[in-house]
Formats: sequence, structure tokens, C-alpha cells
Amino acid sequence: MSTGNTAFPPASVADVAAGLAEHDYLADEALATAIFLAIDLQRPLLLEGEAGVGKTEVAKTLARWSGGRLIRLQCYEGLDAGQAVYEWDYSRQLLHLRTREAVGDLAANADAVEDELYSDKFLVRRPLLDAVAHDDEVPPVLLIDEVDRADDEFEAFLLEVLSEYAITVPELGTFRAERPPIVIITSNRTRDVHDALKRRALYHWVEHPGFEREVEIIRRRTHGVTDDLAGQVARAVAEFRGLGLYKPPGVAESIDWAQALHRLEQRGLTVEAADASLGTVLKYREDQQRVRDHGLAGVIAAAVDA
Amino acid sequence: MSDPTTPPAPRRIDRSKLPILAVGFVQALRDAGVEVPIGATLLYVRALAAVNSLDRSERYWCGRTTLITRSEDFMTYHKVFGRYWVGAEFDDAEEISTSTTIALDQEDDDGSNSGDGDQDDDTQPDVTMRYSAVEVLRDKDFADYTKAELAELNHLMAQIRIGGARRASRRLRNSPLRRGRPDLRRTVRRALANDGEPIDRAFRRQSEQERRVVLLLDISGSMEAYSRALLRFVHATVLARGRVEAFALGTRLTRLTREMATLDPDRALTNAGEAVDDWSGGTRLGESIGAFNDEWAVRGMARGAVVVILSDGWDRGEPEVMAEQMARLDRVAYRIVWSNPLKASEGYAPLARGMAAALPFVDEFVEGHSLGALEALAEAINRSATDRVASGYEGHSGRGRRLA
Repeated sequence: MSTGNTAFPPASVADVAAGLAEHDYLADEALATAIFLAIDLQRPLLLEGEAGVGKTEVAKTLARWSGGRLIRLQCYEGLDAGQAVYEWDYSRQLLHLRTREAVGDLAANADAVEDELYSDKFLVRRPLLDAVAHDDEVPPVLLIDEVDRADDEFEAFLLEVLSEYAITVPELGTFRAERPPIVIITSNRTRDVHDALKRRALYHWVEHPGFEREVEIIRRRTHGVTDDLAGQVARAVAEFRGLGLYKPPGVAESIDWAQALHRLEQRGLTVEAADASLGTVLKYREDQQRVRDHGLAGVIAAAVDA
Repeated sequence: MSDPTTPPAPRRIDRSKLPILAVGFVQALRDAGVEVPIGATLLYVRALAAVNSLDRSERYWCGRTTLITRSEDFMTYHKVFGRYWVGAEFDDAEEISTSTTIALDQEDDDGSNSGDGDQDDDTQPDVTMRYSAVEVLRDKDFADYTKAELAELNHLMAQIRIGGARRASRRLRNSPLRRGRPDLRRTVRRALANDGEPIDRAFRRQSEQERRVVLLLDISGSMEAYSRALLRFVHATVLARGRVEAFALGTRLTRLTREMATLDPDRALTNAGEAVDDWSGGTRLGESIGAFNDEWAVRGMARGAVVVILSDGWDRGEPEVMAEQMARLDRVAYRIVWSNPLKASEGYAPLARGMAAALPFVDEFVEGHSLGALEALAEAINRSATDRVASGYEGHSGRGRRLA
């Protein structure tokens, strides 16, 4: 259950910001508003933004705060209903058939056996069905991660599920969520999500945090990192972002870097340690080269002096 | 970002009038060109009731999250919000913009002849093109087209068949053959008919999926004679197959996919004209391709895709930048096809610095000056090595593998 003081579900936008902050996620007002409305209006929330700005983390934090289960569906091309919604446990079905046959009552009760085969007992619930047909006290948080990686067929399917929060299994009937799950959909925008799905969902573009917020995030998300180091890392990373890199570091990288420097027993940023651990913050060879050409020492000195 | 410019004394708002004000606001957004469906308006009114709607900032975010569905429209939303709710122009500077500005050329003589085109056309007699054999137009350089011939081009472009490379998909299909991956679902169904004995086994096999095609059209000044004709080709391609993305490369990178997605070619051209605000500007081709890499390509759009660049390769930037960005694109794209209208000119050699730098990364280098050349281009797109798929080799597409 939640450890903070802010009750769930939240009563206002400010409550959302407070509740998330108690679980170490610092949302700006824009994001807090979007999340508040998603909960209050029971709509899915589509989050787009650069990699590493904390889109996925929203869902995880919401689950921690609400005390609900986190049900995650990672999308990929070729994802189909069998992997996303439900599947029958075929091996067990076959085994069951053989048992019935061995007992010798299969021929007489063919219809009954078929009903048995397609009963709840042999149903394997995949994330979407799991989230819709839950009987949890607190509605779960359904995270549909990187929806842009799935194909159109899957999106059409998702739309059907999200518009009614209901799933029909032909052999069993319709499952309907009494209390709909909180749905967070993330996309890296490698392609546009279909308009129909967007129409169903609330939309928010997640930004890189400002300097103060980033320092605070680093402090909250790492262990043992000194305030000095957190500030210097945030400043250096902000400088990196201005250098026109292939992949400007996100908050996730700032956190990793600060943690790595701490593990290297640094209390403040030094050129040697920064150089040695550059791979935790810059993931392209060309980007590391560009920073070194630009002068890593200069960046570090500016970050330390400020 | 969160509190833009703090204009003086926000107007008092009567809560009971909010729904009407909200509808008026949506209307203002639509007038500004944002598509807002009815459902979103209803959602917006409900959302206003859920938050403290007297607080301007909450009202701002609540509208943006319910009414806007793509980041390109944030700027418009910001401005309209300022005009409508506050009665003041919001400062533009602090809003984010999704189109990327690349450094402008120092010299701007490129754009100076932009107004001349129409005059030239008007001096030409408006001959009817109906009888003119397609053959005549087939090899005619786009630069020599009259206005009437350009109009005729729409019909002809529509006849170009663009299929495009296929690749193995992770989606499985039922297979009539007795090989492939076992399909337990159907096997169990069939077993019921045989007293539970799975004699008749079913299988599934891998299906194929069209590769994405990404078209990058150079609209800089040096391409002026060709870019409008080529835009029709882009439109025809977007209509002809799914999974096409289109961009204009100029001093800015402009995404045109949505603008092109209308059946009416004239409408599509008008849309594109409105979306692009740097027709016939300067050329920073390497940097534009870099912007495309940063914003779209490397993130996933060009992964395993056929990337088609329609450009004369004229680049005022540094050739190293071009080489570096082409190398990046080459690492993610399945195939790069470069269509250059100048290639057909007598004595042409790819000596323009940008073109020379890009060429090592180009898989197919084709002409692009005439209808016939575009047919050849369509074939080049279609060709893209389907035999590799048959042998199970997926090129350097990383998409399928990642989740293995």
C-alpha cells in the first residue's frame, strides 16, 4: 500500500503532483493535469516524448501510489491477441482430452467435453484481459509500452478494448471492468498512433525537466549521491544537451551517471571520473567524440564552478 | 513553460458559462487549423468541470491534454489560448516547436527567382494536352513543363505503380502446408473431431509485411524547377501504398505525410504549400538529413525502411556533415535510393560536394527529371531485394530481433 499521505484517487491536480512526489516522481503541472484527468475521466493517457524522460515511470509510480497492480504490455511488431489478450492453454487441453479418452467417456459427452475445454480453467489471461477482468480492490495500472512498435492490426484491437473496457471471449462471454484500470500508453513516435486511438485517449508530450527539477529527481532517485554531485551532473548534462548530440541524454541517463559516479566514490564531478564513466550518459561513440572534441574538461569545470 | 508571460488581470469567468465558452474556444482552435473532433469537445467540457477551471493554468493544461493530439499543434493551441481566454498574444519564444530550424544560408540569392515561375507559365500558350501522347511527356524534363502539362501530370503519376519491398513479419498466418510452426489452437479444435487424438495437426507460417518507404523531397531553390512535379510523385506514392512517410527538406525539415494523405492532388499540393514555409530557400542538405535522423529516422522510422531522397545533391554545408549524416542513415535504413534530376543532363558527374559525399552510402542512384525517370524510380523502390527476404535474411532491420 501507499506510504505517503496523499489519498488515492486524488481530488485535484495538486494532489496528483503531491502523491507522485511522495513516490519520488516529480511531475510538472502539465503532466499532473493530464494524469489527474486520466484518472478522473477514466480515459487512457497517451504519453509521447524523448526516450528517457520518464514516460514508463509514470505508470510504475502510479501503481506504487495507488497500491494497484502494475500490468505491463510491451509492444512489438507482430504482437497478436494470443499474446496481448488471452490464449487457451493448448497443452493442458490436449492432455485433458487424452485423459477423457482414456476414461472412455469422450464419445458420449463430446459437447460437454468441449465446454470443459473452453472454460475458465484453461484460459490463459494475457495483460489486456488481466487488466479488464480484474477483481482487485484497487484497479490495476495498465501500461501499454511503446505502442508505436506494434502494428496497425494490434492498434485496432486495442481501440476496441479501450473504448468499452470490455473483452469478449467467444467461448466464454464478455468480461467487463467494473472499475476500469488506469491506462498509460507510451510511444516514442517512430510512427503516428492512429487517430481513432488518439481520439479515445488524453494526450501529453513529456518534456525534459528544468534544471531545479532534474537535480531534485537525481537526489531522490539515487542513493548516497551528494547534493553537490547531483547539481553538477544536472548542469553537465544540460550542457551536453546543447551540443547537438545524436542522442541527448535524458533524465534516465542523468540518474545513471550520478549513481555511477557515486559508485566510483566521487563526491563531486572530476574530469577523470567523468571521462571514465561517460558511457553511462552518452551511448553513441560519435557523441562521446563530440563532447571530447568540444572539451570535456571545460564542461566539467563550468559545471563545478557554477 | 508552465506559466507563459503572466499577462495582466485575467478576465473573470462565470462558471455557469464555461460550456459555452469552451465550445467557442474549440471553434477558435478549429479556425486556426487544428482538427478537433466533437468527442474531444465533450471530453474538454467534462475535464473543465473536474479541475479548478477558474485557475487559468489548470484550464490551459486541461485543454491541451484533451483537445490536442499531436505535439505539432501545441504552438497553435498556445496562441489561440492566449487570444481567447486572456485576450492577449502569448509570447512565442517559450513555447516548444516541433519543426527544426537549420542554419540559414548567408547568401539568399537562391530564393530571389521564386516569383518568376508564374510569369513564365503565363506567357506559354495554354494548349490542350489531351491529345498529346504520353510518350511525348514521358521523357520531357520537368523543368520544361508548362502549367497545363503539370496539371496533366496528376493523371500520369497515378498510373505509376509503387509496390515496394517486403520483409518477413513477426505476424504468423495460418499455413495450408504441414510445416512451419505448430498451431496448437487449431490442432486442439481439430482433435475434438477425432476423439481427442491430435492426428490432424495445423501449422502457421511467417507472413510478409511491406517495408516502410520514406520520401525526402528537397525543396531548396536549386530544385525549384522540379520540386512541384516531384511533389506530385510523392503524393501518388502516399496514395498508392500504406506505410509511406514524406518530408520536405529545406532550411527546415517539414513532415508532409498528413498533408499528402488526401485523394485530391490539388488539395494535397495546397496543404503542402501551407505546411512548408521555406519553399525555394537555401540548401543545407546535410544538416536537414541530420535533423531527419535526430527527429525521426534513428528513433525507428527509417529502421528497415527504403529511404528515397529526391534531390540534386546541392549542399552549401560542409561535405563532412553530409557524409556523417548519410552514414547514420545508412546504418538504420534498409536501402537508400537517391533520385537526382540532374543525373540525366549531358556530361553530369556527381561533383557537387554534397552529392559526392553522399554517394558512397547510396544503394541506387537514379535519374529523376522526367516521368520516365520516375517510373524507373518506382521500379527501383519495388525492386529492393525481395530475394533476401526469401532466404530469411532481414537486411539490417533491427525491429524484429529486439524482442527475441
